[in-house]
Amino acid sequence: MLLGRVVGRVWCTVKSPALEGQRLLIVQPLTPELTTTGKPLVCADCTGAGAGELVYYTRGKEASYAFLPAEVPSDNTIVAIVDELHIKRGPPC
Amino acid sequence: MILARVAGTVVATRKDPRLEGKKLLVLRLVSPEGNLESGYVVAVDTVGAGSRELVIAVSGSSARMAEGCKDRPVDTVIVGIVDSVDLDSPAG
Repeated sequence: MLLGRVVGRVWCTVKSPALEGQRLLIVQPLTPELTTTGKPLVCADCTGAGAGELVYYTRGKEASYAFLPAEVPSDNTIVAIVDELHIKRGPPC
Repeated sequence: MILARVAGTVVATRKDPRLEGKKLLVLRLVSPEGNLESGYVVAVDTVGAGSRELVIAVSGSSARMAEGCKDRPVDTVIVGIVDSVDLDSPAG
């Protein structure tokens, strides 16, 4: 799973029936230091994440498991909204 | 999922029988700002997308979960036609 920030939304009227009711958000991947890395991507959302929120998302086949038992064709899904992030600095223990 | 613009069609007479009747389109990747990016993919269309339309496509094994693609040899499927893209602030 990877960290990202919600930076936008995608609206589709015509879509696969399995995607009906799913929110599609644009997520900018981030490093743990919250600097941007890589290109923005389109994610489905199972958490109700809002604009500008720090989230983490899962990729690949597992992204569709967030919606089980429904079979949603998603390869990137936001699975959690981040409350806090703790990173230990300095030499490893 | 990726944002892409329909750039063309692919016609194949000899193909896997499980691809019979599937429309194949060439997609050009697009950034959320609408700029064309490098790279093309061939995708199966499940929503009736037309030439030059902006679409979203799902790739990898999740693609087989799209309508009518179960157990078919596909790894990129168009699952939506984009009406609009809203960006909160310049990404990056």
